[in-house]
Amino acid sequence: MARMKFLCDADRCIECNACVTACKNENEVPWGINRRRVVTLNDGKPGERSVSMACMHCTDAPCAAVCPVNCFYTTADAVVLHSKDLCIGCGYCFYACPFGAPQYPKVGNFGSRGKMDKCTYCAGGPEPDGSAEEFEKYGSNRLAEGKLPLCAEMCSTKSLLAGDGDIIAQIYKERVAKRGYGSGAWGWQTAYRESIAT
Amino acid sequence: MAKLFAWGRFIAGALALAFMLAVATPVFAQQINPTASAVKEQQLLQELSKIQGRGSIPDVKSYVLEHPAGRDWRHWHEVTLRWLGAVAILGTILLLVIFYLVRGSVRIERGRSGVKIVRFTAFERFIHWMTAGCFVVQAISGLNITFGRTLLLPLIGPEPFTAWSEAAKYAHNFLSFPFTLGVILIFFMWIGGNIPNAVDVAWAKRGGGVIGHDHPPSYRFNAGQKAIFWIQVLGGTAMVISGYLLIFPFYGTDVGNMQLAEIVHAVIAMLYIAAMLGHIYIGSLGMEGSFEGMGGGAVDLNWAKQHHSLWVEEEMSRSEGQARPMATPAE
Repeated sequence: MARMKFLCDADRCIECNACVTACKNENEVPWGINRRRVVTLNDGKPGERSVSMACMHCTDAPCAAVCPVNCFYTTADAVVLHSKDLCIGCGYCFYACPFGAPQYPKVGNFGSRGKMDKCTYCAGGPEPDGSAEEFEKYGSNRLAEGKLPLCAEMCSTKSLLAGDGDIIAQIYKERVAKRGYGSGAWGWQTAYRESIAT
Repeated sequence: MAKLFAWGRFIAGALALAFMLAVATPVFAQQINPTASAVKEQQLLQELSKIQGRGSIPDVKSYVLEHPAGRDWRHWHEVTLRWLGAVAILGTILLLVIFYLVRGSVRIERGRSGVKIVRFTAFERFIHWMTAGCFVVQAISGLNITFGRTLLLPLIGPEPFTAWSEAAKYAHNFLSFPFTLGVILIFFMWIGGNIPNAVDVAWAKRGGGVIGHDHPPSYRFNAGQKAIFWIQVLGGTAMVISGYLLIFPFYGTDVGNMQLAEIVHAVIAMLYIAAMLGHIYIGSLGMEGSFEGMGGGAVDLNWAKQHHSLWVEEEMSRSEGQARPMATPAE
């Protein structure tokens, strides 16, 4: 099976936020929750870069390790998913996540967090593929339809790449070789304990 | 004429531009690498341990792009905390069992006198048991977060474990309010008798009568009870502050502060539970007659003389002429 990854080519990202919008629309993400976001570094200064970030679907995922109810699981494609039926909204996955991916809808009074929501790599959840219950809780299951996550698919500059880690790494390497520069695969060292040699 | 002049200027300008480009191009080609001045991931992580920028959504937390410190927190939470908790709690239980087997229960040496003396008023007992009840529920629901996944989940299965854990989480959060009230009231209610003094030093030097069979004099609270009081007040306060930071996430805190709050909350919780196990032991199994003080409110006079001789003298002298603290047994 493939080992699915995200790769954001920061030298191409123009901070158009189309990935964010695409994600929200495709998955009908609840109000106030962003599964994907664009962060601009050195904003307005020389060397400014924007990076689109969501759950990186880490190898040996920290969220899964610290979850007190063990609601996370990893699919055969190495996508890290979770069950909203098991989540108790404790917030620990957010403390452990290096990428700030887990989000909690604000329900009820003071700190009561709802069921955690995060990027599913457009791969739904534990419910049957493509079912109404799955869509209701996790959004679209494009992976089951043979499609890649919509954020990467509709990236206007093809900065955001999704797919098998080896293939997108190869695409990135070729790009870097051709244009002569590249600021690296952001988050890969943290998420996958490997970086792309360019 | 003007037209010719304009043409001349254009040609001169074009020549000058061509010349500049011809001279500058080799230099320009070397500078074309835009990443030379760009921010670099590893460099940013080394400098600040996290990468933060600007975002365009209201959620300020999301402006942190990368925060690998979650890995350290994970190791703490999964390995360090579990060892600390297991050693503190199981170790205390083991010590108490050994102590009970060796020392046995501390008896009332002269037997029961049949006369009772009031030790705690109904209000004091109510506050004590309210706080204690909250403590027990919060300790169990808290330990469930640390150990439940390993110990309980395999026994009862994922769905029942989630149902239990969710209820436990709500109980943990909502009982924090009466618990906080209890910590505050216990402080004001008993601070008078809990200022350490010279009697405590002597008491501690003589093993407090728990180790050995000595019975050093003591006022209403002996040094051991004062220690429990201060553990309750200071430990409880630390639990309350770190706990409310966790209940109200990201109100003035960032993810690093939240991790720190969880670490403080968990470390103190484990030590606090261990200390309270000792308190529960000496207030029940470990000492004959001690439970009655917090149970019914009155203790046997001989128990009081044995353990709190100075307090009995105080009460006696205060009650001369009035029989208030002396009460006949209710039964």
